[in-house]
Amino acid sequence: MNTKTLNKTKEMAGKTERITGAEAIIRCLIAEGVSTLYGYPGGAIMPVYDELFKYKDSIHHVLTRHEQGAAHAAQGYARISGKVGVAMATSGPGATNLITGIADAQIDSTPMVCITGQVPSTLLGSDAFQETDIVGISTPVTKWNQQVTKASQIPEVLAKAFYIARSGRPGPVLVDITKDAQFETFDFEYKKCTGVRSYKAIPDTDPASITAAAALINNAKKPMIVWGQGVILGQAEAEFKAVVEKSGVPAAWTILGASALPTSHELNVGMVGMHGNYAPNKLTNECDVLIAIGMRFDDRVTGNLSKYAKQAKVIHFDIDPAEINKNVHADVAVLGDAKQSLALLLDALNKNTHTAWHQEFKDLYAIEYDKVIKNDISPTKEGLTMGEVLKQINIETKGNAAIVSDVGQHQMIACRYADFNITKSNITSGGLGTMGFALPAAIGAKMAEPHREVVAIIGDGGYQMNIQELGTIFQQKVPVKIVVLNNEFLGMVRQWQELFFDNRYASTEMTNPNFVAIAEGYYIKARKVVKREELEDAVKEMIASKESYFLEVCVEKEGNVFPMIPTGASVSDIRLS
Amino acid sequence: MNEEIKTLTISIYTENNIGLLNRISAIFQRRGINVESLTTSQSEIENVNRFVIVVNITETQAKKIVGQFEKQIEVIRAYYHTDEETIYTESCMFKIKSELLFEEPQIQNIIKESNTRIVTVNKEFFVLEKSGRRHEIESLRSQLNVFGIMQFVRAGRIAVTKDQMKVTEMLTAFNNQKQ
Repeated sequence: MNTKTLNKTKEMAGKTERITGAEAIIRCLIAEGVSTLYGYPGGAIMPVYDELFKYKDSIHHVLTRHEQGAAHAAQGYARISGKVGVAMATSGPGATNLITGIADAQIDSTPMVCITGQVPSTLLGSDAFQETDIVGISTPVTKWNQQVTKASQIPEVLAKAFYIARSGRPGPVLVDITKDAQFETFDFEYKKCTGVRSYKAIPDTDPASITAAAALINNAKKPMIVWGQGVILGQAEAEFKAVVEKSGVPAAWTILGASALPTSHELNVGMVGMHGNYAPNKLTNECDVLIAIGMRFDDRVTGNLSKYAKQAKVIHFDIDPAEINKNVHADVAVLGDAKQSLALLLDALNKNTHTAWHQEFKDLYAIEYDKVIKNDISPTKEGLTMGEVLKQINIETKGNAAIVSDVGQHQMIACRYADFNITKSNITSGGLGTMGFALPAAIGAKMAEPHREVVAIIGDGGYQMNIQELGTIFQQKVPVKIVVLNNEFLGMVRQWQELFFDNRYASTEMTNPNFVAIAEGYYIKARKVVKREELEDAVKEMIASKESYFLEVCVEKEGNVFPMIPTGASVSDIRLS
Repeated sequence: MNEEIKTLTISIYTENNIGLLNRISAIFQRRGINVESLTTSQSEIENVNRFVIVVNITETQAKKIVGQFEKQIEVIRAYYHTDEETIYTESCMFKIKSELLFEEPQIQNIIKESNTRIVTVNKEFFVLEKSGRRHEIESLRSQLNVFGIMQFVRAGRIAVTKDQMKVTEMLTAFNNQKQ
């Protein structure tokens, strides 16, 4: 934001000024600290775009090539920065195209505000051109939504939208604003929202629950932590690390929790879940106390619930009371903000090391390394593996990159093998599993944190779901690095067809275009690797590039991701082959 | 393992907001829960609405969906109660041809014995109103059905709980927290 507008906004605080609803929207965004938003214009949102034109020195609107791209870019922006991502679209198809991104943000607790234009209030319900009931459509996938039909409602509703999106357990909020409200003039005054009476963002932490949790942990012989994104969203990384180190408890992560504790940390025992590591999955069913922190026991994490950690006392830390006892019974529930509750827990913990117990994780890791990891990252067979590409990226980025992955085999490989030194570095669609997420999300991530290396890892299937965003990368000169791991298959579905459907490869084989030519068509530097000997040099060239760079790696066609917990099986029945 | 399915009354105290009904019904719909009845009205607190919803589900399910209701921004508080924990009633109306009132003296006895109120009488029809438990209403309906009912309508259950709700205290706490 330029200083002039900033001063003007500051000056105006508490005073009124007669402006249009459309201008008010921009002023609200500026007041909420929004410097970048993603969107696509159209009839019902044109007054706002007209104001964006006037305010272009203060607020940067990024024209994506599809509204879904705008939503995912806003998500990527939010996930890497912790700030609220903002997406804007017109009514009707513009608004409905945001829905996948909104649903993704809802299930992955991503703070996002979406502003949609709507037909004039006089036409509501008349089946007007590009009219759709977006408030109705978005209800089940938003934390909150509201339609605005009068300009005077705009400041209060937007202030509430930002407050709700970022507070407590974050989530997406949609505000639908009719065109007449955008044109209408009113006396503008902006007050930040500090509370909503029917909404308690952070539940109180009961000190007795901390005492009970600490007692269980202090007396445990084989305790194990599984942490999720709550640690990241609660900005509790330091407190979390202190708890892990003081208690000496082995800690495993869910996909969305990844990077809250560095990969190299000696108490980081890897990923849980369907394609997670062998040791934490196996030992989930052997630990005596399971400490879940800011995670929600997703079915991809627990496998068969009736055989999940039945022997363990479960302690569940969460900010959302609805998560307690939702999937797994909690013997001790600690409600509240992770930063505060972990700090309280830290004081109540005894120092411990659990050396023998930790050795069990190491022993199982050795088995996994021998049976799976070695062949994934240092293969001797002919075809290139996804794992060795990740390993090469780790080497060149020294584990400091933010990895934005799409959905499928490459995502599991990226989560398993990427080194994370820095928090908020694993940006992926976890809960919804949205193919097409990575390319636009990487744009948002790179724009939010331009100093960071952002590498998108995408499969050949998901890449083609939002490939049009190459246009955004080109126009905005976003120096993201794009790696497509091409196996000419919808790999994860093919793997399931191989394992569970007797190799019937129904509609999973892909005849792909010349990806390098497509990238070059957008004037993006591009290279294709088919042989192992070329990989190191290509990754080096990509990471060294100051501009965006596209790297296609042709990997083995029928590689499988292991370990694997088949659907319906217990975590301890995890397969290595 | 098979937990008993019970008739439960869910009470939701909410802000008065357009779209909230949609949010609440979506929570039932997504879990495949059929709503037996739904009533919404002003509550004892000014500007606070109360939904009274009857469903047949297990208490485990009820605990989880109450958590989902409370998660909604405009929901102040949600509870579930068993029939034993509430005082509840339903009401209904019957529209019947007026001539029957005079031709069938038995109808007058039925009205008297069942404590049914006559709302209006005119040349063509008369209207009865009855409040009570479902079985009382059903029994009245089957008695009157013999003579012919022009229209019948029954409203959803309304209920108050035997225990205190403490919503007012909660709102006070919210307000104090804001300051």
